[in-house]
Amino acid sequence: MASRQWFRRRRIGLGWRPVSWQGWLITCFVIAALIAVLALLRTSPARIPVVILLLAAYAAVALATGGRRPFEEPAPLEVETETEPIGGEQQRRALRTLTTTQATSGPALVVEHLTKRFGERIAVDDVSFSVEAGEVFGFLGPNGAGKTTTVRMLGTLIAPTSGTARVAGLPLSPANGIEIRKRIAVMPESPGLYLRLTVAENLAFFAGLYELADPRERIRQALSAVNLAGRADDACGSLSKGLRQRVALARALLGHPSIVFLDEPTSGLDPVASRDVHALIDGLRNHGVTVFLTTHRLEEAEQLCDRVAILNTRLRTTGRPDELRDRFFTRSLVVRTVGPLADPARVFAVDGVAGWRPDENDRYVLTVEDARAAAPQVTRALVAAGADVLSIAEAQHSLEDVYLELIDEDVEAAR
Amino acid sequence: MSVARVRAVVLKEVREFRRNRFVIVTMGVLPLVFLITPMLTMFQISDSASGAEVRAAVGTLSLFMLIIPLVIPPVIAAYSVVGERSQGTLEPVLGAPVTAGELLLGKALAAFIPSVLIAYAVYFAAAITIRIGAAHVVSSVVWHAPQLLAQILFTPLLAAWAIWLGIGISTRATDVRVAQQLATLAGLPLLGFTSLISFQVITPSVPLAVGLALALLVIDLVAARVVARLFDRERLITGRRAVSPPA
Repeated sequence: MASRQWFRRRRIGLGWRPVSWQGWLITCFVIAALIAVLALLRTSPARIPVVILLLAAYAAVALATGGRRPFEEPAPLEVETETEPIGGEQQRRALRTLTTTQATSGPALVVEHLTKRFGERIAVDDVSFSVEAGEVFGFLGPNGAGKTTTVRMLGTLIAPTSGTARVAGLPLSPANGIEIRKRIAVMPESPGLYLRLTVAENLAFFAGLYELADPRERIRQALSAVNLAGRADDACGSLSKGLRQRVALARALLGHPSIVFLDEPTSGLDPVASRDVHALIDGLRNHGVTVFLTTHRLEEAEQLCDRVAILNTRLRTTGRPDELRDRFFTRSLVVRTVGPLADPARVFAVDGVAGWRPDENDRYVLTVEDARAAAPQVTRALVAAGADVLSIAEAQHSLEDVYLELIDEDVEAAR
Repeated sequence: MSVARVRAVVLKEVREFRRNRFVIVTMGVLPLVFLITPMLTMFQISDSASGAEVRAAVGTLSLFMLIIPLVIPPVIAAYSVVGERSQGTLEPVLGAPVTAGELLLGKALAAFIPSVLIAYAVYFAAAITIRIGAAHVVSSVVWHAPQLLAQILFTPLLAAWAIWLGIGISTRATDVRVAQQLATLAGLPLLGFTSLISFQVITPSVPLAVGLALALLVIDLVAARVVARLFDRERLITGRRAVSPPA
């Protein structure tokens, strides 16, 4: 049994994967031996059965020592446990080395009237926006809104039907396809890794496509940046979804990109894996890389993005998350009392309150110009009226409220 | 055209084949079957056998040897594009700075090199074994110069044809197995051509071998151009044809 293990470890013999030079040497030796046997037995009628027997014996030995049965699925696909999260000093150092981005003057992305039709269906309709260098730009929208199509157009994967764009300082055109792809990195929703290859082999392939000067060092840095240096020799098929996503991120960092397009990078990830991706996006921003992030996780966009755009085939709005909240929702105060007010119209007739409405039982929503100035006056009026006040608070609106408001408008318009 | 990028594609493809047991088994077992079957006949022919009997046996061997470059490459080539598409790796590759020409050439070379090496290795193993062990009448027909030349010239050209055909089908197919079956079937018409030479219906001579090889070379070059045109990034990603294709 020990000798069998010894053979298995070295994968010696024909087997199904004669990967070592010893394996090839033995295979050649066996073929030469068979030819010699044939030559010796050339006059004997037994030569054919002898050769067939020898071949069968060798195949049996090779199967036993080579280890695996034919048609067995590749690579042990058991899911490994997660490694350390991203965000340590070592990762920050690696990220710093990786993100010495190519300098481009002006905005990283300028999109003007971009439209994409698939036959009769309009996927993206007359979209215009710009993204500054070093910005994390969130591209939000429901399923089928055209987010991925926009990323594919800007990543030179598909051609726009009409409209123009400048990507990393270059006009979007077939002639500039290669040069644009050298300056950007696109990470699609699915990591798209070769599961039979190891992590390092996956990255080595892309390092070759980017014609990197020192691919080994670059791969080492990219893996350090996503804290996967210890998993370089693992088959990608054996990694969990979160780790595969990290490998895809490492791949995106290989080519010194000045813009990284991340298409729903946390889709299907657990909270820990999502946190790691967020940490990496934050790290990229800190090192001046422009991140174009498509997502429908609104809390993620609110947490990470400097600016967001909301798309539903047409671009509905762009701006900073707080700007959008202010733009779409008037400021308001929410007043809660123990019982209903006898005459709320008289109580709320104070300076700074533009209007009011009852919301639920014993709850009133006041429209105000400046919540900080109006709150003390409303408090005094409530006390003067003898009301039993439970709370007075500024109404909080999230990016989700803005998003839902806009998408609901589209649904209404469609009716 | 960047040699480094083509090399990167070839290396990746070869690494993938090595881990794909279906490909390894096909590349290992089929040539072995094609070698053993005619050899069994060859070694049963004695020096007193008639010329027709010898020619028929050598024709079978030659046909089997020319089937190898027609059967092995489609297994790899047909997987090349549709395989990437089905495992979701095509989009990241097309998003990298590689042209369609570099990608296709890399994939074609990765299928061509091992296929041709195997076909040559099997043929010369057979020829040497016959020289050592078979009857002299058989050996003299196998080691006839035009026969050898035809085998040497046609093996890579037939392999190239099968590869471009396989890649062409792979760019349009939606399923790996369907692509492999179609590619193998589509290569079969050339078997008729190889049969005519193998059984000496067309008697192999040096000028004929060179002439036919040149004709095959032209067909291969045309096939390469057609496949490059069939490679439509937009269609591969979205399933719809591009209005104005990107680079």
